Amino acid sequence: MVTTNVNLCGIELDNPIIPASGTFGFGYEFAELYDINILGTFSFKGTTKEPRFGNPTPRIAECESGMINAVGLQNPGVDKVISEELPKLKKCFNKKVMANVSGFSVEEYVHTCSLLDKCEQVGWLEVNISCPNVHGGGMSFGTSPEAASEVVRAVKAVTTKPVIVKLSPNVTDIVAIAKACEDAGADGISLINTMLGMRIDLRTRKPVIANKMGGFSGKAIFPVALRMVYQVAHAVKIPVIGMGGVSCAEDVIEMMLAGAVAVEVGAQNLIDPYACKRIIEDLPRVMKKYGIKNLNDIIGGVL
Amino acid sequence: MKQVFLTIKENIALTDSVYKMVLSGDTSGVTNCGQFVNIKLDGLFLRRPISVCDCEDGQLTLVYKVVGRGTEQMSRMNAGEILDVLVGLGNGYDTTVSGDAPLLIGGGVGVPPMYMLCKKLIAEGKNPTVILGFNRADEIFYENEFKALGARVIVSTVDGSYGVKGFVTDAMKGIDYSYFYTCGPEPMLKAVYRATNTSGQFSFEERMGCGFGACMGCSCKTVTGYKRICKEGPVLCKEEILW
Repeated sequence: MVTTNVNLCGIELDNPIIPASGTFGFGYEFAELYDINILGTFSFKGTTKEPRFGNPTPRIAECESGMINAVGLQNPGVDKVISEELPKLKKCFNKKVMANVSGFSVEEYVHTCSLLDKCEQVGWLEVNISCPNVHGGGMSFGTSPEAASEVVRAVKAVTTKPVIVKLSPNVTDIVAIAKACEDAGADGISLINTMLGMRIDLRTRKPVIANKMGGFSGKAIFPVALRMVYQVAHAVKIPVIGMGGVSCAEDVIEMMLAGAVAVEVGAQNLIDPYACKRIIEDLPRVMKKYGIKNLNDIIGGVL
Repeated sequence: MKQVFLTIKENIALTDSVYKMVLSGDTSGVTNCGQFVNIKLDGLFLRRPISVCDCEDGQLTLVYKVVGRGTEQMSRMNAGEILDVLVGLGNGYDTTVSGDAPLLIGGGVGVPPMYMLCKKLIAEGKNPTVILGFNRADEIFYENEFKALGARVIVSTVDGSYGVKGFVTDAMKGIDYSYFYTCGPEPMLKAVYRATNTSGQFSFEERMGCGFGACMGCSCKTVTGYKRICKEGPVLCKEEILW
């Protein structure tokens, strides 16, 4: 027998596997395929104060071992998430869910977080200060330590649940931003969001994505994500969730060795809808192969 | 939706760039005409969405045009190879509202989904008229297959090299119909939207991430709110389209 449960900011997870926001909707598309209660938890679709349609299409582009998306935070708005999505989710998921929040001003983050903080189903708030798809929006909070800490302080002042800050890799010094969030009272850090990327269609000589640029994710970004998780996990004392290009149980163990307490799986869910189920089922076998009895023994094991 | 592994039985060229692939295996996940499948291909990250041309007795037929790396790779595959396919994606066509004499309008690579629809309408005792639009005579495919179903078939070519000269909207002139169904390039869909005087259903195409409603990559605005082409579509009713 192996031990896969981990503690994320005071809440016990059966395993460290968490589908990442934006790749798992509000859970029920996947609940048709498998019992999503096998997950550690999942991070629901990025939610904003007002409903958003997002960017024009095409929003998706193929890349070598990955993809670009520029969805632009399409979501029904926090009021509908609470009145419609969460009750629907309750029917197929009995664990605490991670509420992913985005905003365009400190006030919006405060508004959305304070409402979701009151929901019994919500275990953690994952504050996304890193979405690269919104002009003049979320990106600016994630690219400066001062702006990041301003958001964190304001959100912490109105919430009781653990606040996990999701960081952008599109910065010169991610460690400085992580430290600023920790100093401002963040309970955890998750990283990395997508990397800003672009593709051009040779026939039309135009960008493939209507928004021109978008977030690059998928297997290809794993080494970059792992490096950043390693750097941040060794610089802060609060728990770190690692994500970026994770596609198998081996990647999960690598992320944990780099310092991640839990691991989010993103783009892989879109091309392999059973990805998280497969990883969870595979984890004990892979742990055994590498002589790991308890996942907690390896967190941050690589110095 | 169902993830299945299907074996290629046949993969042949119908024209210079259009191929027909017949797959066999568990096709029970395909529940309606007008749905699509999403195919995993070696070396490509995203799956490739392809509309269902026919599905019967464990045989799934896809007719696809080579337009990029994915379809080019598909065209080089051989009988016996196995594909990882998500089947039963999208809503498909609603035939309950068709009336007795529905009109089916397919343009180019929009022709294939009309086939299974036509088959279903005929099985329901209706008398469909099918208009198949192409650019030139050498691009025509499936004319005889539609005729074999027992449908009235009109072919149009833009250059007049076969059938009615002009667009599908030229071929529509003088035809009485109770309802219509259409699939094809967006300029054609818009022309059909303007030329038709009954209600009808349009099948849309969009670049997709997942194909099953998780990523919001293919959303569009409609009269009745935001819809995902892959989940609430690809078929939308005329009345809900914002044109």
